[in-house]
Amino acid sequence: MKTLNSGGVVIHMHQNLDKISFLAPQNPDFNSIVKLPPLQPFSDEVISLLSQLSHEILKDKAAKSYPDVITFAFWCRKASLISMKGQYRSIDDRIGRGVIFHITPSNVPVNFAYSLAAGLLAGNVNVVRVPTKDYPQIDIITNAIIRVFNDDKFKYMEKYVTLLRYEKDEKITTFLSELSDIRVIWGGDSAINEIRTSPLKARSFDVTFSDRYSICVINAKECINLLDTQVIEGFYNDTFLFDQNACTAPHLIVWIGNCEQVLNAKKQFWEKLHSFTQQKYNLQPIQAIDKLTSAYKTATAIEIKWENFKDNLIVRGEINRLVDGIENYHCHSGFFLEYTAQSLDEIKNIINNKYQTLSYLGLDPKEILEFVIKNGLRGIDRIVPIGKTTDFTLTWDGYDLIYTFSRKIFQYN
Amino acid sequence: MIEISEILNVPPYALNKIEKHEILTKVLRNLTQYHIENCDPYKRIIESIGFNAQSVNSYFDIPFLPVRLFKEMNLVSVKTENVVKTMTSSGTTGQRVSQIFVDKETAANQQKALVKIVSSFLGSKRLPMIILDTSAILKNRAMFSARGAGILGFSIFATDKIYALNDNMELDLARIKTFLEKHKGKRIFLFGFTFMIWQHFYKELLRNNITFDLSQGILIHGGGWKKLIDEKVPPREFKNKLKDIFGITEVYDYYGMVEQTGSIYMECECGHFHAPIFSDIIVRNPIDFSPVAIGEKGLIQVVSILPKSYPGHSVLTEDEGVILGEDNCPCGRLGKYFNISGRIENAELRGCSDTYASKFR
Repeated sequence: MKTLNSGGVVIHMHQNLDKISFLAPQNPDFNSIVKLPPLQPFSDEVISLLSQLSHEILKDKAAKSYPDVITFAFWCRKASLISMKGQYRSIDDRIGRGVIFHITPSNVPVNFAYSLAAGLLAGNVNVVRVPTKDYPQIDIITNAIIRVFNDDKFKYMEKYVTLLRYEKDEKITTFLSELSDIRVIWGGDSAINEIRTSPLKARSFDVTFSDRYSICVINAKECINLLDTQVIEGFYNDTFLFDQNACTAPHLIVWIGNCEQVLNAKKQFWEKLHSFTQQKYNLQPIQAIDKLTSAYKTATAIEIKWENFKDNLIVRGEINRLVDGIENYHCHSGFFLEYTAQSLDEIKNIINNKYQTLSYLGLDPKEILEFVIKNGLRGIDRIVPIGKTTDFTLTWDGYDLIYTFSRKIFQYN
Repeated sequence: MIEISEILNVPPYALNKIEKHEILTKVLRNLTQYHIENCDPYKRIIESIGFNAQSVNSYFDIPFLPVRLFKEMNLVSVKTENVVKTMTSSGTTGQRVSQIFVDKETAANQQKALVKIVSSFLGSKRLPMIILDTSAILKNRAMFSARGAGILGFSIFATDKIYALNDNMELDLARIKTFLEKHKGKRIFLFGFTFMIWQHFYKELLRNNITFDLSQGILIHGGGWKKLIDEKVPPREFKNKLKDIFGITEVYDYYGMVEQTGSIYMECECGHFHAPIFSDIIVRNPIDFSPVAIGEKGLIQVVSILPKSYPGHSVLTEDEGVILGEDNCPCGRLGKYFNISGRIENAELRGCSDTYASKFR
């Protein structure tokens, strides 16, 4: 049994560590990892490291078939990082907190890369548990990371990034939790609770990204003018592209306007989306059955009128009353509840802290922000136009990741 | 109005397409209306899709409940005190099981339909019966698993019966030998579940190098092929192996489910499943649920005139299959005949939400 020191705490390395497989580097020395100096947010070292990573990914032909990988590569291009940095005015008095242990979700292949990048940009040392499921996206990004560190220019930073995999194992989680200053957990509520049974050091804390619910609000009158291929494709990318199973994907569509406007807008919107989806989406039989089961189960619980399904691609139903817990009646792969409102204010009562993204069409985002603040809502962390729901930003689930992952040093003036 | 009891008097494979369509439409339309009036969740479902039972001209148009709905919630069309037994699907560990609530009338009709169907294969005379299972499965008489219900239902064809397996699922060789001695020269009825037969009967005997002469036997088995297909044992091999070892030539599979007990689909001499007049299958395109043509693969919907105590008269299964023909099987039975291709697969969903299995809680 090896022991190691971390901020005065002796950590016992358990034999279960044999069950960890390291993606990069091969044999990390946790003893030295915990002693690495944190950096300032958006340090030049990290910016050039990530932009090199972007370069390596874009150079890889294999990456081209994975839009999610390409999107990540573009996200961490130098220009993009500089522009992110530009949005932060006071980071001179900030420094990374130390070691972040990232536990990333099993069914979004590139999520680990964003979590890692945010940790690096805030100035931290990162230990990342990537999904055990074999995704080519993970291989592509991991290989690019290895190539970057093979370059002498970046060798000295290799220890800031440890990528590892292990099957659910409480002892390993506890070991890695004990050496972290921040533990970042992406996952369902039960997974988070399970991980939380592994203790953290007294000064350490969890940042959790749990299951969320998202909605879309459309101004019916404006919709008719704004509805073009870009909107339809944007909505498709928000929903079907990830089987409407990403936390950011809307499940409830709120139409704002009078009856006639809404009827008209809905007709056009869904018809266009349907023909787009027909060309793009490959619906599996089980998904059709899942949606039918959900539709009928929902009907037994709340009052709803299901649209006559032309086919099983888009299953949608109109509700006349917004009841508490409406977020529980959701499915995936193209399953929508719809509600017609006179104004945004009508939906304030259903919004709780489960609500994450509000995507919109034909509304002023300032008014939506005001709606959240004025009504003291506990939910809605993101206000984004249709088509932008899955874009990763350094503000996520109500956290500014740079601030959350860094320490602010007070100076007496 | 046609009474179910009248149909139960008609030979099970005697109606052609037109006759059957007329009868099923009438009975299933009435059943739909009955469930609307007697099962509130069903009524809400039907209202949510704006369906009007009275306007039905074909039973093809009657809504179907996905079979999983019976796992998600209790659907019952009689007062709870009238439920005489609750049947559950087998389901693997950790899986939710269907709960089917049966009253006296439905139970009686299930039994009558089963007798009609099976006796057209076994003959009207009852036979000595070997149940290739354990009696332990029947310990609780109020709760029936699909296996228990099957055993109990088929036991009605027995004059004298034994269970081939003891409570520990071990073969009771002595008991079987004595039984076969006693009924030497007679036709023997064997019944069991496909996988159980393979695992606990066939393989055990093979391992111990024991064989029986069952050339006078007739075996009826059901319960599906999932586990055997995992073990790479296709239906043909199952039949051939049983024939090799026991000399048994009459082996009939059946397709059925706990949601529609009684109106089962027996395999004929040509290896096709047959719809009796009490039930029917409709194969649907998974993309829009429209019925597909004969010969095309799709999702299997089953309708049955028997379920009255619960709204299971029209159910969409998670099985895929192909209708091979209607009214023209070489075996001479009228009605649709079909093959089952297997269970549809779970989808690997993208996105960050909780895993598939935890959906629909």
